[in-house]
Amino acid sequence: MRREIHFRLNGEAVSAQVAPHESLVEVLQESFGLYGARESCGQGLCGCCTVLVNGTAVSGCLYLASLVENSEVRTIEADRELDAVQQAFIEASAFQCGFCTPGFILMTRQLLDEHPDPNDETIKHYLSGNLCRCAAYPEIIEGVKLAAKRRKQK
Amino acid sequence: MKRAARSTETPQVGRSVPRLESWLKVTGRAEYVHNLRLPGMLYGKIFRSTVAHGRIKRIDITAAQALAGVYRVVTAKEVCALIPEPYYGPAFHDQPILALDKVRHVGEPVAVVLASDPHVAEEAVHLIAAEYEELPAVYDEVEAMSSKAIVHDALKPAGTFPDLKHLKGRTSTNIALDFHLRRGDAPGAMKNAHRVFEHRFRTQQVMHTPLEPLVSAAESTDSSLTIHTSSQSPSFVRIEVARLLGWPENRIRVRVPFLGGGFGAKLYIKLEALVAVLSLIARRPVKISLGMEEQFFTITKHASTCRIKSGVSKDGRIVARECEVWWNGGAYADIGPRVTQKSGFTASGPYDIEHVAIDSYALYTNLPPAGALRGFGIPQLVWAYEGHTDMMACELGVDPVAFRRLNLLRDGRPQATGTVMRDAAIEKVLDRLETLMDWKKSFDKGSGTMRRGRGIAIGFKACVSPTTSLAAVNVNADGSCIVYCSTADMGQGSDTAMAQIAGEVLHMAAESVTVVHSDTDVTPYDMATLGSRSLFHMGNAVKLAAEDALAKLNQLRKELQLPADCPVPDIFKKKYGMQAGNVVGTGSYVPIYKSPDSNGLTDNATPFWMVGGSGVELEVDTETGRVRITRLANVADVGTPINPKIVETQLSGAAIMQLGFTLHEKMVFDAQGQLRNASLAEYKIPGLLDLPGEIVNEAVTVEQRTGPFGAKGVGETGTFSVSPAIANAIHHAVGVRLTSLPLTAESIWEKLK
Repeated sequence: MRREIHFRLNGEAVSAQVAPHESLVEVLQESFGLYGARESCGQGLCGCCTVLVNGTAVSGCLYLASLVENSEVRTIEADRELDAVQQAFIEASAFQCGFCTPGFILMTRQLLDEHPDPNDETIKHYLSGNLCRCAAYPEIIEGVKLAAKRRKQK
Repeated sequence: MKRAARSTETPQVGRSVPRLESWLKVTGRAEYVHNLRLPGMLYGKIFRSTVAHGRIKRIDITAAQALAGVYRVVTAKEVCALIPEPYYGPAFHDQPILALDKVRHVGEPVAVVLASDPHVAEEAVHLIAAEYEELPAVYDEVEAMSSKAIVHDALKPAGTFPDLKHLKGRTSTNIALDFHLRRGDAPGAMKNAHRVFEHRFRTQQVMHTPLEPLVSAAESTDSSLTIHTSSQSPSFVRIEVARLLGWPENRIRVRVPFLGGGFGAKLYIKLEALVAVLSLIARRPVKISLGMEEQFFTITKHASTCRIKSGVSKDGRIVARECEVWWNGGAYADIGPRVTQKSGFTASGPYDIEHVAIDSYALYTNLPPAGALRGFGIPQLVWAYEGHTDMMACELGVDPVAFRRLNLLRDGRPQATGTVMRDAAIEKVLDRLETLMDWKKSFDKGSGTMRRGRGIAIGFKACVSPTTSLAAVNVNADGSCIVYCSTADMGQGSDTAMAQIAGEVLHMAAESVTVVHSDTDVTPYDMATLGSRSLFHMGNAVKLAAEDALAKLNQLRKELQLPADCPVPDIFKKKYGMQAGNVVGTGSYVPIYKSPDSNGLTDNATPFWMVGGSGVELEVDTETGRVRITRLANVADVGTPINPKIVETQLSGAAIMQLGFTLHEKMVFDAQGQLRNASLAEYKIPGLLDLPGEIVNEAVTVEQRTGPFGAKGVGETGTFSVSPAIANAIHHAVGVRLTSLPLTAESIWEKLK
């Protein structure tokens, strides 16, 4: 039942044996030891499992692994060097327990690609699919704005 | 990354040091048990009860056992072969590792399937069949007082709490604890009062919803057991699992990395005893990760009913108060009896009342168990007494802030238990709240279908006592420093705070201090990370340990005839002839506490008081009942903040969490005790779009003289007063008084019709 798929993961060409029912998060964890995308609600409602497929954020707990064949997959682990968003999240104290943080950071990068100078309303709506039970929301908004400023300065 | 040991004269306390683990968290590399994979590991999936109360007649595991890929199916029979009395719990030994003879709530674990592939285990769970002889069930906490449906045949207090001993062996009751406080003569004073007011309030059952669902793993040898768990109480897990197995503590190791949220859900025993037993039975490592749905059946927050009655004198002073509180503990006591007693201490509110009578009851029902959730019962009580306060002020025609100020409990005055208030800035919090809300200015109440209102509330809490914390501080030969403590960092920033405290004593940058996470083979005992106790108790222990290390270093300087300012590395070089050796300081802290007497009175109820007030401005749409919070101000007494930014985010996060418990969240059960909304699709927690228009958080400047560098706990304070402040504001806006949580648009609209 398993078949081999080929795709690019964080810039590297990779392959994996996947079963038809396996989610992208499962394959990232079991085959590649990448735990930054996490299953939490299991329904694509919390954003903890966010992964970029061909540059677009998807819910990795619902996205079937076999669909990433020949795709470009990026996770939070792609870089060890911090980008403007990560740096801004640290400075703004935009996380507490950190479990939802990779999802927020990946979504924020996509948000800033589309809206380089977002206002509060844009931020709230764009990130409304990501939940943070520690409720670091005011700090997340501040972090997004700080990152926007930094990215413009570059 | 600032990794080198840095000695510094810069104060470490009072500085907003970014969290030590920042890089780990923003790069997705922080360690959670969620990530853990052990060689040869089996996944456990739980088969759960479908009835609320019943005798187990038959469990058929044949088909599940026969499914290809299933390693083993385990029921209570196998558990009992290993542990004849497999019941656990912090207050009562009432909860079986797997249901034994009876099930007491829907969703109770009955059997576990073990398989290398979690999907196979899941599929096999659906092949298990169980038959129950259904028994009458009870769901409401007040009905449970007199119901013929009895959840437990006999009460089994754990013996750890002296005030529960008298309950041992008691039958035909659902009362797991009754706490009574009598101060003065409340009924007598009530008779002589100018006015008497009585109201009844209710809170709903809700769930912590940590985004890292409960998860534990265990691995065993012939003589040892290691449990990796997302737990707030590793020391308790070790002691309780050791007791169950009859093993010494040193054969059980409990490791806790970061927690993906806790909020009280991850306390005491949750999955730990189960994975321990499964790994011993299977002789392989076993991991159980709950799904979001399963968390709703595991631990929740107490629903409650509170009857509150006050007698008021002609000049507006509250002279007498009676409170009767019923706590819906669900099927297993967990820490409910402690919630009942400790919150009972302050059920009459932050007011100076001469005659007080409090009756607080922990009840068993056939609902999922309730435990501690960010406030230990306090938000439920503040909900009642601060609604009551506003309703009285309204009836009396006086300003609600002025009415509170007149009756406020001031420092130096005895509180209901008789304990004299010290370092509790109740008045300061009220003053700041009044200023932040511009209370004295006229307020635009809106017009047409959009009505505006504002409200405030203030609450307080006695930190749970007595509890113990131990810590060790190790200074290496190069002068770098490691703190060993069993406080779990679940997002509250304890690692950073402890590093700041050790750094302050040892004149080192907090960023250069390493904090070792809970590992019972390595880190000393700690009661648990709960009830906002860690910064005070563990903070004091870490401070003592660092001071001990410093004293030892100074002793070495003296012995080696080195100058008093001799750098640390040079001490070790002189002592050992090279970079070698280390110095370990230890500290232990347990505050003084006196158990309440038979009248519930004590002159030392708590080591410190927490005070939190909230002010709300909101809009109500009179056509739909929809509420929009335009402004939320939270003011708290947190002592002297160790890390001001983290304090602010704790206040803010707690208040937003409480917004969810106030406006939306509710576990909905049908008449058979079936939960109807066990998923994030139907149980909505606050998201970015639920934020108030403006949120202000402020810590008033005060000192907790017994705290480490003047600090006290803050994790829960932001939750205390949000719910009644909103209800009071809704009443101010549209004249609708709601006494039951949550405050949904429907419930407002129903009353507006």
